[in-house]
Amino acid sequence: MLMFVLRRLGASLLLVLGTTIVAFLLTSVLPGDALTARLGERAAANAELVAKLRAELGLDRPIWEQFFIYLGGLVRGDLGLSLQSNRPVTEDLAQFGPASAELALMATVIALVVGGGLGIVAALRNNTWIDNVLRAFSLGGVSVPLFWFALVATSIFSTTLRWFPSSGRLDAGVAAPPHVTGFFTIDALLAGDLPLFGQAFEHLILPALVLSAPMVGLLMRFTRASVLDVVGQEYVRAAEAKGLAPRTVVFGHVLRGALVPVITIVGTAFASLLAGTVLVEQIFAWPGIGSYAYRSATTLDLSAIVGVTIFVALVYIVVNFVTDVLYGAIDPRIRRA
Amino acid sequence: MTATAPNPVDELDRRRRFRMRRVRLPRAWRRPLAVIGLVVVAFWVLVVIFGPLIAPYDPIAQDSARYLPPSAEHLFGTDGVGRDVFSRVVSGARISLPVAVGLVALSLAIGSTVGAIAGYAGGVVDGVLMRIVDLFFSFPAIVLAMAVSAALGPSLLNAVAAIVVVSWPAYARVTRSLVLGLRDANYIQASRLLGASAGRALLRDIAPNVIGPILVVATLELGNAILLLSGLSFLGLGAVPPTPEWGAMVADGARAFYNYWVALFPGLAIFSVVLAFNFIGDALRDALDPRTERAVGNVEV
Repeated sequence: MLMFVLRRLGASLLLVLGTTIVAFLLTSVLPGDALTARLGERAAANAELVAKLRAELGLDRPIWEQFFIYLGGLVRGDLGLSLQSNRPVTEDLAQFGPASAELALMATVIALVVGGGLGIVAALRNNTWIDNVLRAFSLGGVSVPLFWFALVATSIFSTTLRWFPSSGRLDAGVAAPPHVTGFFTIDALLAGDLPLFGQAFEHLILPALVLSAPMVGLLMRFTRASVLDVVGQEYVRAAEAKGLAPRTVVFGHVLRGALVPVITIVGTAFASLLAGTVLVEQIFAWPGIGSYAYRSATTLDLSAIVGVTIFVALVYIVVNFVTDVLYGAIDPRIRRA
Repeated sequence: MTATAPNPVDELDRRRRFRMRRVRLPRAWRRPLAVIGLVVVAFWVLVVIFGPLIAPYDPIAQDSARYLPPSAEHLFGTDGVGRDVFSRVVSGARISLPVAVGLVALSLAIGSTVGAIAGYAGGVVDGVLMRIVDLFFSFPAIVLAMAVSAALGPSLLNAVAAIVVVSWPAYARVTRSLVLGLRDANYIQASRLLGASAGRALLRDIAPNVIGPILVVATLELGNAILLLSGLSFLGLGAVPPTPEWGAMVADGARAFYNYWVALFPGLAIFSVVLAFNFIGDALRDALDPRTERAVGNVEV
């Protein structure tokens, strides 16, 4: 088991180094000129000013030297300065990260409950009209354009029905709870402020529901296939044949075996969530990594773009590492593969 | 206690009856979603072909009043600068669909070439190529695409380039595993013994046997490509105004909250096309995937 964990860890570290190189190269090689973006057209025409800024940012050195300087910084937890906020990128990420994490985790919980539950139902009603309707539903989840779905959801549930607020993490002018985790819902609970918790939750639920759509679809499909796989196995037939009630067979035997592989898909699905946050946060004015990434991309804030890309890739790699190890711990066959 | 114990085989049959209904359904209706998908795609293909004949107005002419609600004259209403939304949705199909098909074809060509080389060569070549593929997989597609199209400047072509960068690895993975499975098959070895080059073996002997599953991936990726493309355009990083691109049109509508029709119809267009491709791709995947077939088969024994 230890060897397995070490091997996975080694592979993950290599991947992190690789992503850093690619993200760095991509943004350095591409022709977009961050200096013009920062200085504005007039100042960019001033050669002296440009040279001074280039030296200040280290842009006058050869690319490989820039990369090693960057890598050295990365190891120390320094991702450079963000051009738009004039703060260290790590500070920006620390500020916006928890907002996105709260949103993504809430969406994951929704997806696990809804997607997992409906996937089980679809498998148990395999090849009936219920299965077909659920399949259409799950494909709908992965097919819906999130930015449009978010708009439709806000215009129905916020503008028309007024059930949920349409933007932000709290009502305008309300102070955030004291910072502990950065998750407003949890921080409000920790501060013992129930009304504030309610408000944070109200703000969270609609964007999380929208964001969970593709993951619901993925998890439904995967759970269904996994349950069907197990239903066909000998031990389930044995349980049925010895006369156990169908309910006992489903809950005691089928689900036990079927839900373990579902863990593996959660990692992959989580990555699709992070991509979705860019679009969803945009519409709900959610101050997270997605909005930050969008602002960085449109202002050509290169260190922020590289920072976000590495950060998100890192989250993806870590999540996958954890699910791999979990799966290996549960299923010994995976360790040997 | 019941008087007579049921025969255990009958009992199993009784419990399983709900899973056996499939057998009695006519073949096509076993996959109603695939039928729906095909009809919708056929519909959109017709719209692409006959677009200019269907659209009643010039999609970029600003010659009506602003924000007219849907009516007989303007089926989907007009947008913020007085353009006919229906005509724009129709001509949007002529952008989104051909571009998505071209984009997928390009990614498929790059990805399956890399995958085929990795799978056939094996060893170090395989290791290096697949680590590169892993690398691209761990990037969040839309963030990378945002970075690329932001750096290159917003244009439809740059958005396409950005999406190709993030979507080719999927084909590489599938192709590699398929080629790997066939590489040591007897008929390939026979062809090699007869003096076939690696290129010939790959193109003439292996390709016909792997193209099916790759096309399934492509069908599913068509939907993804359309979603990513419209997403980038929505963010202002893809098609530039006044191009009638669906994602950009939704963005126009997002600014006009109370005039729901501006965003609703182009969004529905995206949704219906992507859903249709996924309906078809899903049915194809099931038909080709031995795992799901086996599961279904076992249940019916």
